[in-house]
Amino acid sequence: MDILVCVTRVPDTAENEIEVSKDGTDIERGALVYSINEADNYAVEEAIQIKERVGGSVTVVTVGTEESEEVLRREMAMGADKGILLTDDAFAGTDGRGIATILKAEVEKGKYDLILTGALADAGAGEVGGMLAAMLDRPYASLVNSIEIVDESTLKVGREVEGGNTEMNRIKLPCVLSIQTGINEPRYVGIRGIRQVASVQIPVHGAGDLGLKAEAIAPRVQRQDYFVPTFGAGAEMLEGSNEEIIEKLVEMLKAKGGLK
Amino acid sequence: MAGQIYVYIAHKGGVIDDTALELIAAAKKIDPAARPIAVVTGSGAELDQVCAEAAKSYSQVVKLASPALAHPNAEVVRKALLAILPKDAVILMPHGYLGMDLSPGLSVKLDSTYVADAIDLEKTADGKLKAVRQEYGGQVSTHVLCRMDDGIVINVRPGAFSPDESRSAGGQVVDKSGELGDLAASREFLELVQAAVGDVDITKSDVLVAVGRGIGDQENLEIAEELAAAVGGVVCCSRPIVDAKWLEKSRQVGTSGQTVKPKVYLACGISGSFQHLGGIKGNPFIVAINKNPKAPIFQVADVGIVADVVEFLPELTERIQEG
Ligand SMILES: Cc1cc2nc3c(=O)[nH]c(=O)nc-3n(C[C@H](O)[C@H](O)[C@H](O)COP(=O)(O)OP(=O)(O)OC[C@H]3O[C@@H](n4cnc5c(N)ncnc54)[C@H](O)[C@@H]3O)c2cc1C
Ligand SMILES: Cc1cc2nc3c(=O)[nH]c(=O)nc-3n(C[C@H](O)[C@H](O)[C@H](O)COP(=O)(O)OP(=O)(O)OC[C@H]3O[C@@H](n4cnc5c(N)ncnc54)[C@H](O)[C@@H]3O)c2cc1C
Repeated sequence: MDILVCVTRVPDTAENEIEVSKDGTDIERGALVYSINEADNYAVEEAIQIKERVGGSVTVVTVGTEESEEVLRREMAMGADKGILLTDDAFAGTDGRGIATILKAEVEKGKYDLILTGALADAGAGEVGGMLAAMLDRPYASLVNSIEIVDESTLKVGREVEGGNTEMNRIKLPCVLSIQTGINEPRYVGIRGIRQVASVQIPVHGAGDLGLKAEAIAPRVQRQDYFVPTFGAGAEMLEGSNEEIIEKLVEMLKAKGGLK
Repeated sequence: MAGQIYVYIAHKGGVIDDTALELIAAAKKIDPAARPIAVVTGSGAELDQVCAEAAKSYSQVVKLASPALAHPNAEVVRKALLAILPKDAVILMPHGYLGMDLSPGLSVKLDSTYVADAIDLEKTADGKLKAVRQEYGGQVSTHVLCRMDDGIVINVRPGAFSPDESRSAGGQVVDKSGELGDLAASREFLELVQAAVGDVDITKSDVLVAVGRGIGDQENLEIAEELAAAVGGVVCCSRPIVDAKWLEKSRQVGTSGQTVKPKVYLACGISGSFQHLGGIKGNPFIVAINKNPKAPIFQVADVGIVADVVEFLPELTERIQEG
């Protein structure tokens, strides 16, 4: 099975405190640690496991900047056969719809039986996979947490739904699936693995190569600003030495029934 | 001029979802004079029950009945909606498991704009939509602006708007099932598999020690277990802990996990995403311990402590054990 996995480079929210930049038009990017989007790493692992079972190939693709190459190499070190970087000044500032449009143009240059995306990336829309599927006229299932290959043209997939329940679906290939975190245990990537793929050529495609006009990727949804939300009154912050904090906290817990 | 507002009504087992009334409030934010039309898909007597309930709050309810719509399979629901919705429709969908599956593709097929997971809405003086969304797991918010006149699909976060409880519409149900046409799809619903029952029932405990990614290491779960033992509670967790296979799925609190109603909730190294908070009900006393003073959890907690959980929890446990 020939599989394409869409991946993206994001500020690692587990490693960073995200703050709004001074002028409020962006987040403070200076000292951010970037990594592969969490769900995308699970998607690549899933693709590699499918290839290990039934053969085929795994290609990782990203729309980004030159810096995005590092996440492609990381996923190739994991076991993806090929990486493709889609970059162009014209792509900067596009929205999820634009990203799906760019990906569609690349998909049509190849032949993929299965396309995987992550369930969600940093902007939290969870939209790129479903849009790409509709543009390609392929069936789609989101939030997939299990994949079973039934035969050459059919998969059985589990979709996460409310309360940790799973909705089982049969879906025809070729199709697009968005992969939810936790579907597998992504393998570890060491420095050695990354070194081994350091010199592999990564093809770079721009708007011209993909036959994309600026209008096709102009954002329909335009971000105006960033701000820090405030909900409710906010917590009473306990301050002082740990000892003082703990004394106060223990009193509160007693009062609220949190100590037996 | 933006087009007619339509609201997709989510329901289950013949019971209408809370979002049905919340989305009326959302529609009124776009246009105070809006008379949104409800769209209900399904089959059988359950569907009629839901339509009748929706008609109390919506002046017009469009009923779309078909055996193929008995389970809301997004690929089939999309075909049904495309059969009846005008291109310039303003469509409000709950951002739940169906909405996430359905709306991105629906917007492409309608050639409409899509706004995901909106938590607030406003119409600007020049007729555009200004919506509030969250990014980076809720650490920052953003205003997004887009046109509405060419049609738009807006997924609204459940719980973001207070329900419109007036129920004074006395509406009409219009059956448009005849317009549906072919609903065959390349994705077929097979069955719903219930989540496995785990070793501990976290929904039964009055005190929960909840651990998140901030606990850092599987070995550190021990210090949470010790605290839980000292306070007579049990350990639950956020999703990354389950994704990493450190605890069973049945310990996860949130929209894709358990709903809990404890008296006291100690959130340790949890950022406070809405998916996690969605599983905490009954207004418990929430204590948040997080090393980041700006973590969103501090906005919803009653008491906040800026500390490293790995250092703080054992000290707290020790003090409690002293009595
Ligand atoms: C400088 C800058 C300005 C921007 N301005 C705007 C703006 O004004 N308005 C706006 O709406 N957006 C803007 N964007 C884009 C936005 O930040 C998101 O990258 C985009 O909307 C994707 O949204 P998401 O994170 O919700 O992706 P989701 O739809 O949540 O992502 C789901 C999956 O889609 C795939 N995917 C997502 N992004 C990519 C990618 N780049 N390459 C390959 N696969 C991908 C991944 O598999 C991912 O897991 C801007 C981006 C940049 C860098
Ligand atoms: C469809 C869907 C469903 C989901 N369902 C759920 C769900 O049911 N439940 C759920 O929990 N999530 C769910 N999620 C995931 C959710 O979006 C968040 O990613 C998740 O809740 C984050 O977990 P966290 O707070 O533990 O981790 P993070 O967001 O990574 O936060 C870790 C926190 O720990 C703090 N920290 C780090 N180190 C320390 C330290 N040493 N001491 C103190 N603090 C520290 C950090 O400052 C940070 O605030 C779902 C996501 C999707 C897309």
